[in-house]
Amino acid sequence: MSIFPPKERLWWNEPIERSEVLWIGLAFVWAMIMFAMMPFWHLSGGQNLSNEAYRVVPEAYGQKVEAAAAKYKVGEDKASGLPIVRPPVGGDAYMLGRTYEWWPILELVKGQSYRLHLSSMDMMHGFSLQPVNINIQVHPDYEHVLTLTPTTSGEFTIVCNEFCGIGHHVMTGKIRVVDK
Amino acid sequence: MTATNEFRVCPDTGFRVHLPAEALMKVNAVAAVVFLLIGGIFGLLVALTRWPAVHLLPADLFYMALTAHGTDILLVWVIFFEVAVLYFASSVLLNCRLATPKLAWLAFALMMIGALFANYVIVIGQASVMFTSYVPMRAHPLFYLGLILFAVGALIACGVFFGTLVIAKRERTYEGSIPLVTFGAMVAAIIAVFTIASGAVILIPTLLWSVGIVSYIDPLLYKVIWWGMGHSSQQINVSAQIAIWYAIAAILFGAKPLSEKVSRGAFLLYILFLQIASAHHLLVEPGLSSEYKIWNTSYAMYLAVLASMIHGLTVPGAIEAAQRKKGYNKGLFEWLRKAPWGNPVFSGMFLSLVLFGFLGGITGVTMGVEQINLIIHNTIYVVGHFHGTVAVGTTLAFMAVSYFVVPFLWQKELVMPGLAKWQPYLFGIGMGFVAVFQMGAGTLGVPRRHWDMSFADAVLKFDFSAAAYLMMALAGIFSVIGSIGALAYILIMVGTILFGEPKRAAAKAPAPAQPSAAESVRHGSAGTLEVPGTFVLALVFLTTFVLYYYVNWKYLSELWLMK
Ligand code: HEM
Ligand SMILES: [Cu+2]
Ligand SMILES: [Cu+2]
Repeated sequence: MSIFPPKERLWWNEPIERSEVLWIGLAFVWAMIMFAMMPFWHLSGGQNLSNEAYRVVPEAYGQKVEAAAAKYKVGEDKASGLPIVRPPVGGDAYMLGRTYEWWPILELVKGQSYRLHLSSMDMMHGFSLQPVNINIQVHPDYEHVLTLTPTTSGEFTIVCNEFCGIGHHVMTGKIRVVDK
Repeated sequence: MTATNEFRVCPDTGFRVHLPAEALMKVNAVAAVVFLLIGGIFGLLVALTRWPAVHLLPADLFYMALTAHGTDILLVWVIFFEVAVLYFASSVLLNCRLATPKLAWLAFALMMIGALFANYVIVIGQASVMFTSYVPMRAHPLFYLGLILFAVGALIACGVFFGTLVIAKRERTYEGSIPLVTFGAMVAAIIAVFTIASGAVILIPTLLWSVGIVSYIDPLLYKVIWWGMGHSSQQINVSAQIAIWYAIAAILFGAKPLSEKVSRGAFLLYILFLQIASAHHLLVEPGLSSEYKIWNTSYAMYLAVLASMIHGLTVPGAIEAAQRKKGYNKGLFEWLRKAPWGNPVFSGMFLSLVLFGFLGGITGVTMGVEQINLIIHNTIYVVGHFHGTVAVGTTLAFMAVSYFVVPFLWQKELVMPGLAKWQPYLFGIGMGFVAVFQMGAGTLGVPRRHWDMSFADAVLKFDFSAAAYLMMALAGIFSVIGSIGALAYILIMVGTILFGEPKRAAAKAPAPAQPSAAESVRHGSAGTLEVPGTFVLALVFLTTFVLYYYVNWKYLSELWLMK
């Protein structure tokens, strides 16, 4: 009876039930398989989050993003007035989050890799790329660098999915992926 | 020392009840239920706003209500109830006086004042920062102060619990080892101390920051330490809820654990591992290494997951063994078919066990994989997952045990037994589907903590698929059903406390069957038996788990490439 002291005073000497032993064995093996899956995917899977990150002062990050945007700007989005920036293939692509926008709009080429830089100018934000559904936390003071290769083309939206203030739900951005 | 007139003997159960402890259990339970009501109302308002066709609240009130829902229900309801459970598991089960009732009253007062402070600033709109209050978002200082006072109160309550254990040992109020249920409660209390320490480390500097004394708090560091508290507090819930499962199995069936060693060992794993496994909240954060994330989620978490899987077998296994002993021996499942499904103590407990495992457990482990978290983090899937753990797991277990504890403490007959029969199903199945549909919407990318998934006011538009809208609508509909279930619980509890008939000493109320501890002693000597039915159920669980786990890897593998 679990609500009374164990009847058997030396309960630690009681034998363990066979179903229990079997189940503990199965569950343990499963836990080990799950453990092995993560390093396995690092070695042979295509989707791993980069560990590359730097401390950064928001203003300095903002200047970097603006400089890159000025250099690689290819147009302007009519609705929002945001610059459309086409970073060099294989090169650095910069994106910043701030209340309440993702800046600038990036134009990437399908099948090409980019070093995508992410940081925030103020609050924490959530980089949620839809409808691909990639979700990454974006912190102020940290610059996160990941190597990203779009495998589908079209227009993708960045939704903010970390609550960042009263305008959180209007915070969206765009990434366009063109075939060449 | 202990005056005997400070005790009463419960005519039904034979427990000796320390009267000051009884008063304390009562106030903590009442406070819990009141905050369940408040938090539940906010939850319904939030749910009606996220139901796209209803979209009830304006944005500012939505974020306010969401903060209030998280705070009141996850912290205040759950922890007040847990304090009552701690006092029960120590003083009643060990047949002992409660240590320092005065301090226990102080604990109650601090928790209450803290909860009122926090609620006040949230409701006046000065703390719409979500209960996680990630820096650099700033709330009114009273919010942090409220949380700190609440935590200090809870810490004192844990101290009272430990003190009672010491007294019981010294005064030899029991023989041998403490009961398994008390052991589980002790594990919960030990984890609580760790939790509150982490909370102090992060909330005190944040309070100072909010009044301008500290100038900077690193947002990543905040998150790491905050989840040291946030995650381990969920381990308190798991331990408390599993202790309650064991208690109900014992009270209703006279069930004895299959083996004390295994069940206690599994509880110990929680202390050793679960409480430090906070990295699964930080899997897509910059600045933490994969090695750390993998070590933390697997070494620390999977061994704790193992522990939960063990309890998942041993709790129903104990019931099966007890039922078979009583002669329900036909086939694999007669023991389960003939269980008292009309008694809310049982139905609530068993639904809690099954739903917690399938909805909360499997999904939690899956989204806790470093890479899979990329497709789930901060989507409403996460909200679905934890309604699977804390709503249909913890909360439902607490509801179930209330049907035993409230009549026991107040010596009253349960009112509305007909409604009580249905209540666990209403809440469990209602909230269970809420969890399922929130997870469905999250898989389609719908964000959590978000006022408008149609982006009507955004400059750059985006349309979620029709399927995503359908999922959110279904989650809304089932939220209404779940809320009715929660309301029914509150009505029955308040009704019983205020208007219940005094307990008829001898006659047992027909529905729900009044459990009798005295009776269970007689059956309680059940020897251990094989439990084939439970084992089959466990295999079904494992198969579902494996399939679901790999479906998510498949989905992940279709993502853009990243490294
Ligand atoms: C009474 C029925 C309930 C309903 C209708 C309900 C509904 C909801 C909804 C719609 C959300 C918000 C999703 C979002 O926009 O992010 C939410 C969040 C949440 N719920 Fe519930 N819920 C209920 C009960 C519970 C219970 C019993 C618990 C735990 C004991 C709970 C814990 C939470 C937590 C922790 C959050 C997250 C708050 C945040 O994101 O800050 N809920 N709930
Ligand atoms: Cu944002
Ligand atoms: Cu946001």
